[in-house]
Amino acid sequence: MEIDKKIIDKVEKIAKKKKADFPESYIHDIADAYVRRELTDSELETLIVRVRKAYERARVEAGEAVGTVAAQSVGEPGTQMTMRTFHYAGVAELNVTLGLPRLIEIVDARKKISTPTMAIYFEDDTKEDEEFVKKLANYIGKSTVNDILKDFYINYAEMKVEAVIDEEKIKDKRLDLSEIIANIEKPFKKVVTIDGSKLTFEPAKQSLRELRLIADKVRDLQISGIKNIGKVIIRKEDEWIIHTEGSNLGDILKIDGVDKARTTTNDIHEIETVLGIEAARNAIMNEALRTLEEQGLSVDVRHIMLVADMMTSEGVVKSIGRHGISGEKSSVLARAAFEETGKHLLNASIRGEVDKLTGIIENIIIGQPIPLGTGSVGVMMKPSKTKAKTKTK
Amino acid sequence: MKGIIKKISQINFGLMSPEEIRKMSVIKIETPDTYDEDGYPIENGLMDPHLGVIDPSLRCRACGAKGGDCQGHFGSINLARPVIHVGFGDTIHKILRSSCNSCGRILLNDVEIEEYKAKIDALKENDESINDIIKEIYSVARKEKCPHCDEEQEEIKIDKPISIIEGDYKLTPSEVREKLERISDDDAYILGVNPEVARPEWMVLTVLPVPPVTVRPSITLETGERSEDDLTHKLVDILRINQRLIENMEAGAPQLIVEDLWELLQYHVTTYFDNEASGVPPARHRSGRPLKTLAQRLKGKEGRFRSNLSGKRVNFSARTVISPDPNISINEVGVPEMIAKEVTVPVHVNEWNIDELKKHIENGPDVHPGANYVIRLDGNKMRIYDETKDLILEKLEPGYIVERHLKDKDIVLFNRQPSLHRMSMMAHEVKVLPYKTFRLNLCVCPPYNADFDGDEMNMHVFQTDESRAEAKSLMRVQEHILSPRFGGPIIGAIHDHISGAYLLTRTGTEFTEEQAFQVIRKAKLPLPKRKHENWTGKELFSLLLPEKLNMHYKAEICQKCDECKLMSCEHDGYVVIEEGQLISGAMDEKAFGSFSGKILDTIMKEYGPEEARKFLDSSTDLAISGIMKAGITTSTNDEEIPEEAKERIEDHLDNAEKKVDKLVEAYENNELEALPGRSLEETLEMKIMQVLGEARDKSGEIAESYFDMTNHSVIMATTGARASMLNLTQITACVGQQSVRGGRIDRGYIERTLPHFRKNELGAKARGFVHSSYKEGLDPIEFFFHAMGGREGLVDTAIRTAQSGYMQRRLVNALQDLKVKENGLVTDNRGMVIQTMFGEDGVDPAKSDYGKAADLDKLIDEMRVKK
Repeated sequence: MEIDKKIIDKVEKIAKKKKADFPESYIHDIADAYVRRELTDSELETLIVRVRKAYERARVEAGEAVGTVAAQSVGEPGTQMTMRTFHYAGVAELNVTLGLPRLIEIVDARKKISTPTMAIYFEDDTKEDEEFVKKLANYIGKSTVNDILKDFYINYAEMKVEAVIDEEKIKDKRLDLSEIIANIEKPFKKVVTIDGSKLTFEPAKQSLRELRLIADKVRDLQISGIKNIGKVIIRKEDEWIIHTEGSNLGDILKIDGVDKARTTTNDIHEIETVLGIEAARNAIMNEALRTLEEQGLSVDVRHIMLVADMMTSEGVVKSIGRHGISGEKSSVLARAAFEETGKHLLNASIRGEVDKLTGIIENIIIGQPIPLGTGSVGVMMKPSKTKAKTKTK
Repeated sequence: MKGIIKKISQINFGLMSPEEIRKMSVIKIETPDTYDEDGYPIENGLMDPHLGVIDPSLRCRACGAKGGDCQGHFGSINLARPVIHVGFGDTIHKILRSSCNSCGRILLNDVEIEEYKAKIDALKENDESINDIIKEIYSVARKEKCPHCDEEQEEIKIDKPISIIEGDYKLTPSEVREKLERISDDDAYILGVNPEVARPEWMVLTVLPVPPVTVRPSITLETGERSEDDLTHKLVDILRINQRLIENMEAGAPQLIVEDLWELLQYHVTTYFDNEASGVPPARHRSGRPLKTLAQRLKGKEGRFRSNLSGKRVNFSARTVISPDPNISINEVGVPEMIAKEVTVPVHVNEWNIDELKKHIENGPDVHPGANYVIRLDGNKMRIYDETKDLILEKLEPGYIVERHLKDKDIVLFNRQPSLHRMSMMAHEVKVLPYKTFRLNLCVCPPYNADFDGDEMNMHVFQTDESRAEAKSLMRVQEHILSPRFGGPIIGAIHDHISGAYLLTRTGTEFTEEQAFQVIRKAKLPLPKRKHENWTGKELFSLLLPEKLNMHYKAEICQKCDECKLMSCEHDGYVVIEEGQLISGAMDEKAFGSFSGKILDTIMKEYGPEEARKFLDSSTDLAISGIMKAGITTSTNDEEIPEEAKERIEDHLDNAEKKVDKLVEAYENNELEALPGRSLEETLEMKIMQVLGEARDKSGEIAESYFDMTNHSVIMATTGARASMLNLTQITACVGQQSVRGGRIDRGYIERTLPHFRKNELGAKARGFVHSSYKEGLDPIEFFFHAMGGREGLVDTAIRTAQSGYMQRRLVNALQDLKVKENGLVTDNRGMVIQTMFGEDGVDPAKSDYGKAADLDKLIDEMRVKK
């Protein structure tokens, strides 16, 4: 949805004139409505005034406990989610962790997620090119010798393994025979003899065990694919998309023809290392929102945004829990009240830590009003000048 | 209640030096016994009256205060030999490892020392944690030669939790202490021990503080037997060994014996601090139960922190079973008289209320609007008895506080656990009612997630005017109609409220004028003009809509026809409200149901909570009238379909089962084509699941086609009151595939689910397809599979609540310190900015329209209508 820059400027100007301090997204929405609903200029003006009123009314109040509300809003739907680990999300052929386990995975900021997956998109000039996409899919996806065999046979009589490579399958996979042969030759230098597409392996030690071992090794030898990526699935939706099992954002983005802007992974740590902390923050938001929406639960983005911002506010992705945010709180009492009570108290004593009691839990513990909401303000009173009057009544 | 006079501004943590322990000690404890034969505490024993007293008839020897007024005083035990404090074993090891064995300097050269000192200073300056840098120092400061005295370093190991080993020699605590003493203050600073509050050698104890008796009260059993606290038991052990050690040392016993006793003393002191230290067998009670010592008292969910400090027990609270009452407002709660007489509200007596309060006192504690206590000007509390009534009445004057019974219109806090969100605690107005249950309006069930199958809820009575004022403006039910989670209504109609409103407003419902006015009266609506003809349900409902309300939307009952007939929809599926008049369509879940009520949402957002509350309250009354006029009931007869329909369903299911057989056959003959990225088996399963799923849906559709809106079950399902069409078709047509772990059932016996089948049979029935309907009844095999699926669901729920509970605790703990500052920044308690504007636009989701500050299209429509 492209909106003319001129219209945006116009809306912005009127907004300024009407003293409406809108965020950018509001200007866009209003400009969009202006075009879509074919508003007259005076209508636009009244609309802006009305939106301003609504906006001012809807602003958060100072002292609002936005953190707690966000945490509750994300946590409460958790009880209504399914536990079923696997579900088919969009792509029927791929298993993706969803539901509560996935949400926990996200807030835990796990380094190793249980089902990493990527969606690879292509640039405009390649996205309709089936041949290119198929070739790339084979380059990305993991294939082993087993996938290109025509015939495989363990010859126990002569103690050797015979394998015939299917050239058609190679063609289908858009691979190159000589490259594959070279690939196979490298690790099996001493035992392999090559005759065209026929390979014969003779183990150095003449034992059954050795023979079988070699047979397995040959079959499992990876001949193409990118590290950490397993199965790939090519799908034609509006355009060609490759879905992968496993994820390696860094290497995929280096490939020509891949759309760097839309290609994504669900591995937040990978996004952090490859694209940086801002991208990781957006990834947390998108993943959490998607997980919740998939379960039919509506949670306002702002709550998820706050969780994501909290997790990434120090420049690295930190987990929600004792190893992350909660373990790094400034207050000793807050940490002790959460988990690992003894450790925190003992450590605080030798370090000579000082608890300034600025947080919530600390003040509850010592029995003082909490510095939030109505607890964060006081009441000032001007002594009445008309004291005498009230007395006479 | 007197307000906070002093405010704690900070808490400093530190280690206690032996001198400090001695200084605060009021008495040296030497005798390992507690009481003598006569039951009096022994002097210098663990129950010495210097340590404070519990019995209010005794006086503390140290401060002279009566029991209860004296919080107790510490004593001390002089340990014959030093022992290591368990909690610091690891730290001691790391410090010794990073300091020289002979000169005691830190194993860093002067340059490094300066460097790290500067780094630590900088971190402290910024109020940041120094843990990481100290960890780094511990790993860097490990050199084979001391940079200060060139001494070769022997490796120091630790045998957890407390044995420090140098080379092959196990250091005694005395030797450890000597080594720690040699570390200079400057070096200690870099090793993570702040010399301002702690010295490394203080981690090895020479004096043991003895907590006051108030910390470890003994309890007297019914038999008159005294039972001592676990801590006292442990202290007795320590004293006993300590005395023996002293005796042996004085007698010049062999080194071996002394060392054994010393080790034993170390064990007892260790378990006194932490009875769950790894590598140390826990000290046990005579019964075999492990003792609960200091660390155990603090730790975990039942520990001091989580159960006594973060959460506290309170007075003026009540708990009982809840039951529904549609006749009270959503803002109200029905409180049993019995409870109202027990929990009280303190009221300050003044000139204006003295007469009223006198009436309360006159009623006394046993007659309902009475009072239980009076607090006099001197702060003394007096219970009101029949005998003292008159005396109190006489003396009552402004300044007294009367603790009067709870009565109507008082504000109380109402709560149901688990308190997952802020709507789990809301303020209600009291309505004192007979019987013994709390009564609540059904519209507040969704936020509390309450039902009436035996649920109990808690009520708290506010004790100050500030809290009452705050609760009334911030916590009242009507302020929480919109959920901050998604900006839509969470309080709204459920169940009969919805079906009732539907029956009232659907086309064809008519009332005679007389009936209509009765209904209007009951709903407490202003009486309209008579019109001398029948009233339609829609007209009646329009009475409670705000005058200028304009809206149109598709109702829940909308049949999703290919082409919408809009206003002339014969299903009442298109709702049009013009100028507050319901023109077409019927009320259902989409109108005012919780989570999806559009009219309620609009009223709340445009007319405010007060109007929304009135709308809900009156609509309840109207819905009751509607449902009482039509009458609604349900039984399995509702799910009856003609024989012909049954045959069609049967045909359909048979067909599907045949299709499954064909798929299986194709699979067995290797004719099945695998889907990309799937194995043959997976492909087969997916295809079978699809076929069977379709079969159930189709048979459901057949059954549905015989249902209409005269059927009460269907009314409930389509209006969104309760149940779904799926439930109905399961009763009527076919229950469908049962699943375990997301697939068809494939567990039980070897290669088959039940012995009634052949091995590896893959047919529909063999893998848990329930062909029968609930009404027909399940055969034993189907029943068994159904139970399997059902069990999985139960296990699932149990695990899920535990997991999501912990996730929520972590989330709340991580985010609770965040707040919005006056300038719009979102900061944590350290002042660190998390967001420059909450949610990037500063809008509160609870005040938003499903996440947006304003619905532009709605605004534009309104603007155009106005013209």
